[in-house]
Amino acid sequence: MKVRAQFAFVFNLDKCIGCHTCSVTCKNVWTNRKGVEYVWFNNVESKPGIGYPKQWENQEVWRGGWELKSGKLQLKSGSKLDRLLNIFANPDMPEIDDYYEPFTFDYARLQNAPLSEAAPTARPVSQITGEKMEKITWGPNWEDDLAGEFEKRSKDRNMHNLEKAIYKQFENTFHMYLPRICNHCINPACVASCPSGSLYKREEDGIVLVDQDKCRGWRMCVSSCPYKKVFYNWESGKAEKCIGCYPRVESGMPTVCSESCVGRIRYNGIMLYDADKIEQLASTPNEQDLYQAQLDIFLDPNDPEVIKQARIDGVPEDWISAAQKSPIYKMAVDWKIAFPMHPEFRTLPMVWYVPPLSPVQSHIDQGALSSDPGSVIPPVENLRMPLKYLANLLTAGKEAPIVSALKRMIAMRAYQRSVHVEGTPDTRALDEIGMSVDMALEMYRYLAIANYEDRFVIPTGHQEITLEDFYGHQGQNGFTFGNDSSPGISPNSLFPERRKETVEPLTPAPTADER
Amino acid sequence: MDLHTLLFGVYPYLALATFVLGSWIRFDHEQYTWKSDSSQLLSKQYMRFASNVFHIGILGIFFGHLVGLLTPHSVFLALGISDAAHQGIAIFAGGVFGLMVILGGSILWLRRLFNPRVRAASRWMDINILGWLVLTACVGFATIFWSMGHAGQQDFTVMLRLTEYVQSIVILQPNPELLRNIDTVYKLHIFFGLSVFLFFPFTRLVHIWSAPVGYLFRAYQVVRAKRTA
Repeated sequence: MKVRAQFAFVFNLDKCIGCHTCSVTCKNVWTNRKGVEYVWFNNVESKPGIGYPKQWENQEVWRGGWELKSGKLQLKSGSKLDRLLNIFANPDMPEIDDYYEPFTFDYARLQNAPLSEAAPTARPVSQITGEKMEKITWGPNWEDDLAGEFEKRSKDRNMHNLEKAIYKQFENTFHMYLPRICNHCINPACVASCPSGSLYKREEDGIVLVDQDKCRGWRMCVSSCPYKKVFYNWESGKAEKCIGCYPRVESGMPTVCSESCVGRIRYNGIMLYDADKIEQLASTPNEQDLYQAQLDIFLDPNDPEVIKQARIDGVPEDWISAAQKSPIYKMAVDWKIAFPMHPEFRTLPMVWYVPPLSPVQSHIDQGALSSDPGSVIPPVENLRMPLKYLANLLTAGKEAPIVSALKRMIAMRAYQRSVHVEGTPDTRALDEIGMSVDMALEMYRYLAIANYEDRFVIPTGHQEITLEDFYGHQGQNGFTFGNDSSPGISPNSLFPERRKETVEPLTPAPTADER
Repeated sequence: MDLHTLLFGVYPYLALATFVLGSWIRFDHEQYTWKSDSSQLLSKQYMRFASNVFHIGILGIFFGHLVGLLTPHSVFLALGISDAAHQGIAIFAGGVFGLMVILGGSILWLRRLFNPRVRAASRWMDINILGWLVLTACVGFATIFWSMGHAGQQDFTVMLRLTEYVQSIVILQPNPELLRNIDTVYKLHIFFGLSVFLFFPFTRLVHIWSAPVGYLFRAYQVVRAKRTA
């Protein structure tokens, strides 16, 4: 047993309202720079839909993640030698149009245009070429709220074994939001595919980062990440990805996407896992057993043996106690209502999702959901969201764990409804699935109330332990664009310079007295 | 000192010193700029074919020159490779790989010039160095016609003088006189080729230093601890 701590997430899809606040805060903090205009470390997709970049879940197209080759774990894109042989042109590399051509608008035109009958328009400008664009045909969230034709969004990989025709009918349409960030996987394919070894997983908290100085732009990580969450900065020629807001996390603050989530759907916490089991569990033969395999890699932070080993392996005391109070552990392990997204990619992702139940309650109220005679819980098979779809997304198609999770959530709601609406506690729904009142109350506290201190249990990074010369690092915020040791910027560099010029027209609008 | 001595006696050391020191300083000082600078994200069109052909060609050319020019004459003879065979291999391999560089490089160069997205992301030096490499390869390819003339007459003195000259540079006993009376096309090719070394540290060519062979011998996962103790 080798105990490692992992900074992990749960996103409660049941409460995501698709407001994109997470995306916007993340964008403003990390990717509003030249070269990464098209990059969203955090994005929110409308499902069903093909997503960002297009068809990212379809590994027949992108060959991301891992596969078992005669029982042995190998990158789906081939052996290490295969990777090197394809280094001159990565055949699996997405193109900018698979994301979208980044654009801004010629806003100055609105003020500078000469007087005319028609109102002036601000035409779109490509942020790559600086040329005016005729028409914007795709964007970071083009499918928002099921926009577009069914034919297109039904190419969603999670619908491949569904009766698509049924869901084409308006009455049977279903919809959910899927916020996505880097999963900071336990078995990351991006790290494994990097020829220069610039991607790495931090031992202290498991956050996966790109060493910006060491990256050579071989771009294997971009295609090998099955979630397409490593991006190529076309200006700097380096890979960039979600950094788990590590400067914040190290100070005990939640990531900026989690902090700003207005729906309080995001949970940050510590999980302990056994690093000796990674390869064995990621090589689980049956895809549908991978969810269970990942549960098996987690260690019980209250087990004295685990605590003992954790201390030996250098996990600080407050990290162990944070792991004991981890909201992630409660949802993933204790209640089993959260699941890893696409465990079949075999990367052991560490952003887990509570499946959406909505809009079920209003359905139940209207009597639209008949329950079995003698049962107070409507059969989950009758829910609007097809079970198969959720299972394809979260458990490689295995429905039983999803059914169990949804039933627990329904029972908790039914019980709370009896308490708060009817005024008399009714435990029939809980009894039916053998759930205790205490568990229902605790689930209610974490899912419905979701107080800040319950959602975010984040111990501070121990710089005094992890850095040899911690005073030497005093005053550094921990994030640079390379050249930490550079004495300064010479205006006459012989080496290639950063391209920082913007494409927006810079002519200032005339002042009022000039007009 | 005449121009000839300057070009073939002094210039090689200027170029090679810049190559080594420039690379060193850039790696040490500006590692964030040390990269292949791929533009594949912006346009995949022609990349698969052209980039592979170009890179395989240029690797063949590089190692061909390395072995063909730096191996001492006595070693070739000891290995049983006659001058005729040496010249034959050089003409054949140089011709094939050279054509690959010209073909792949030209497509890449046109793509860089005329694909609007790639052009917008190209620096002045990105366009120049690719054009320079293709030009160097073209001049190099042209030398084949002269070499074939020599080979036809069973006259290998030019080839031997060229190898001797390159070796004289490497062992720091430059002898530009060896090139005094050879055809201009060879001199032109040598000048172009030496200039590639001069430009090297200021271009994306530095990524050659970082050919990631070590990847083959590395464990898949990389875990870093802040503390090194």
